[in-house]
Formats: sequence, structure tokens, C-alpha cells
Amino acid sequence: MKQIYVGLTGNEAVATAFKQARPHVAPAFPITPQTEMMHKFADFVADGVVDTEMILVESEHSAMSAAIGSAATGARTFTATSSAGFALMWEVVYIAASLRLPICMPVVNRALSGNINIHNDHSDAMGGRDAGWIQLWCENTQEAYDHALMCWRIAEHKDVRLPVMINYDGFIISHTAESLHILPDEDAWKFVGPKDLKAGYSLLDMDRPITVGPLDLTDYYFEHKVSQIEALKRAPKYIAEVYKEFGQLTGRHYSFFEEYRTDDADLVIVALGSTAGTAKDVIDAQREKGVKVGLLKIHMFRPFPAAELAKALSKAKVVGVMDKSASFGGWGGPLFNEIRSALYDLPARPKIHNWIYGLGGRDTDTKQIVSLIEQLQAIAKGREAETVNLLGVRL
Amino acid sequence: MSTIPTSGLNEGGIITEAGNAAEFKTGDWRSNVPQWVPENCIHCMFCWIYCPDTAVAIDSTGEKTVMTGFVFEHCKGCGICAQHCPPAAKGKAAIVMVRDEK
Repeated sequence: MKQIYVGLTGNEAVATAFKQARPHVAPAFPITPQTEMMHKFADFVADGVVDTEMILVESEHSAMSAAIGSAATGARTFTATSSAGFALMWEVVYIAASLRLPICMPVVNRALSGNINIHNDHSDAMGGRDAGWIQLWCENTQEAYDHALMCWRIAEHKDVRLPVMINYDGFIISHTAESLHILPDEDAWKFVGPKDLKAGYSLLDMDRPITVGPLDLTDYYFEHKVSQIEALKRAPKYIAEVYKEFGQLTGRHYSFFEEYRTDDADLVIVALGSTAGTAKDVIDAQREKGVKVGLLKIHMFRPFPAAELAKALSKAKVVGVMDKSASFGGWGGPLFNEIRSALYDLPARPKIHNWIYGLGGRDTDTKQIVSLIEQLQAIAKGREAETVNLLGVRL
Repeated sequence: MSTIPTSGLNEGGIITEAGNAAEFKTGDWRSNVPQWVPENCIHCMFCWIYCPDTAVAIDSTGEKTVMTGFVFEHCKGCGICAQHCPPAAKGKAAIVMVRDEK
């Protein structure tokens, strides 16, 4: 298959992938920095390139509610959001997962208010990490495009049937034009395939009338939550299968997390999203100087690949976990907590420290990552350090 | 308490049978209760249609369907039946709400 080499912003690339997946329904409400994605998709609809019914709703709460109604009929459905919009749809985000609806949604990551800030951090999606969705995180435009194609195969798999959230950093990825490879429409469609309208259940199946979302009290609610937990436990197997098939098709091989120069690394940085790209450049430069440092970039944050991560990080001396969101009053950021917990049962575990960075879109440049690596080196040499640290902020 | 294990439940908690509210006995917390006065009843079935649950008992085996009373396991005492009960027999309605003294 011959791929097409193009220059697109992250938003344009994701809109292109969704166009290629031919969704039936897309409820939409604008919020920066997601708006441009739906704008581009609406162009495709207006131009007749894709036959999707767009529902222009009055809020994000309505967007997700409409997506739920649509997906419950069996229709392939997506919406998109950011920041405060995600916060407003909170209630129904949980319901989408509880009803086991394979909705796909880019969360174009942006800081939460207040004070109001339109720039990138991960506090929006991190707040929704326990909503029961699969959460996939992307480093750049290429990864955002690829995941926007793969998400359908994961969400709609009969043994998964869960909504999928694709995270990519607001402005840094969403509005920055990068070169990437996209699939020709026909090949993308061959990969994604049509939605099985009879899979699971359908509100419109007149031969099997159903009630969706009934009152669910002490007698059944707990078991229904367990079935969600189990669906998320099953998901990694199918996510790995989809990653593998996509790799064979495109030559771009994904896994639950990417290990960059970690083989002999004493120091490992763990990060999500676009910061991983900056970290790779810094690591290359540090390697030139003989510093044994690597990066572990997580794609699949939900379900969390705890056992695989523990194995991958077991040989490091010091692990520095970067969190682009604060957990106010908590013991470090959310990614740090998960990583540290995953490594607890190792017979000999590395020292694990946390750096909160980049809140509200504060630029995380190479100097900051160099400083982080210097701190990791000092800790490896036995220097006492705080468990939870800050990076790139005035104190 | 149900004995159905997680593996035996429908995905997403959907319900595939119609009218299974009949399995849930929820009539134990009302403060008002409808009282049926059979001699005033013209069996118009308004109460049966308007009841939001399944608290109106009927007998549809005969030539004409007739109201036969209330199923108090399902009655929450909302009074909608009494609101809609027409005072057709000598100006008197067949359903009146009274305080539930139980």
C-alpha cells in the first residue's frame, strides 16, 4: 500500500482519519483547541465527502448525551472536546462507558479553569481517567491520526465495546502543522471496516425491544460495574491486536508504551504526550555525553499496563515521572501514583520521583528536561531529593 | 437479593423484557393510599391507563374488562388514579385518597 505524505495540523489529521472511518453521527459543540477538528470535519460533510449526520448541540453535556443516544442505536458515533467542555460532559462521559457504547472522542488536552487558560496540560483528561473509557495518548500528529483510525476497531470489538478517548496536546499537536503519512481513503476504510449495526444491542431493533439506562440500585449496580472492570481488563489483548495489524499495514508499530533508548538506561523519564518528543531530543544529546538515560512514553493509560510497566522499568536506577497535571492535596500527580504503585511489588525497585510540569501550557523546553536529567543523576549518586518536585515554575 | 452472577447479566445493564417493573415491589413507602368504592365504579379504565406503575388490578377474562381493586405492592400513593377517576356515578368518584395508617 502506498501511503500519502502530507502536511497537516493534528486537528486536520484527526478529522481526516474520522472522515475515512465514515461515522454515521457526530454531535458537535465548539471549544478551543478542539474546535478546528470539528470545523474541518464539518467541511468534509458540507463538501459531501462523508455522509455523516452532524448534530449541532447547545453544550458538551448535550453533545455526549446525543452521542449516547446515537451509539445506542448502533450508529458509529464520535464527538470531540477539550478542558471545560470535557468537565461539563462529565456526568454523561461515565454513562457512555456504563452503557458500553463504542463512542470515540478526541480530548484535545487543555488546562482546566480557573483561572481560564486555553493552553495545554493534562488536567482535563486526567480528571476523567476513572470514567471507564479506554484512554490512548499521542505524541504528535502522526500518532493522533493513527489512533483516530485504530480507535474504532478497539471500541467496536465485540469483546470490548467501550468508548475510547484519544488524547493529543492542545495547540502543540492540534494546531501545529507536521508532515505525516496518511492512508488512501480506500485503504483506511478497508482497515476500519463498516460498523456492525447489530453488535451488542440497538435501540432501533424492533424485534428485540430494550430499556437502556434503567434505575440500577443495590441489587445489580455492583455487578454491572464489575462487568465494566472486566471489559477494561480484556481490552489490552485487542488493543495489541489492532496495533499489530496496523503496524503490518503501515510500518508504524505501536505498543502500550514506547521505550526509547531504555535498554541500558539507569535513568528513565516517563511521560505522556508531546513532551516525549522534546525528551527524545534531549536524551539523544545526553547519550552523546555518555549519560545512560531513556524515555518511556505511555500510549495506553487506561487500562493501565501495570505489569508490563513494572517489567520495563525494573532495571532502572531512578525513574522520573512527569505529570502535566496537579493532584491538589494528593501525593504527586496521577501518572506518578500509578507508576509508583505498579513498581511497588518489584523485589528491587528503582527510586521513583515525580515532576509536575507545564501547567497551563507553560513551555517545557529542552533546558527543563536537561535539568530533570541532572536531578535524576544526582539522585542516582545518592543525593536526597523530594519525592514530588516541580519543573519550570517560579518559586 | 438477586443470585445472578456478573457473567449472567446483560451488557450495559440493558433490560430485554418489557414490564419487568412488576418484579420490583416498591409500594411500602406511601403516605396516602387510594380507596376503591366499587359501587361508584363505571370501569372506565382511566385509573389503569394513568397509573404510572402496575398498581391497578383488572380482570379482562370476561366480556367486559373490569377493575377489581389495587395491587398495593406497587402503589406509591401518588393519587393520579383518584385525579382521573370521573365522578360518573351519581356525581361520586370511585377512587378517593385517604391517609395510609399502616
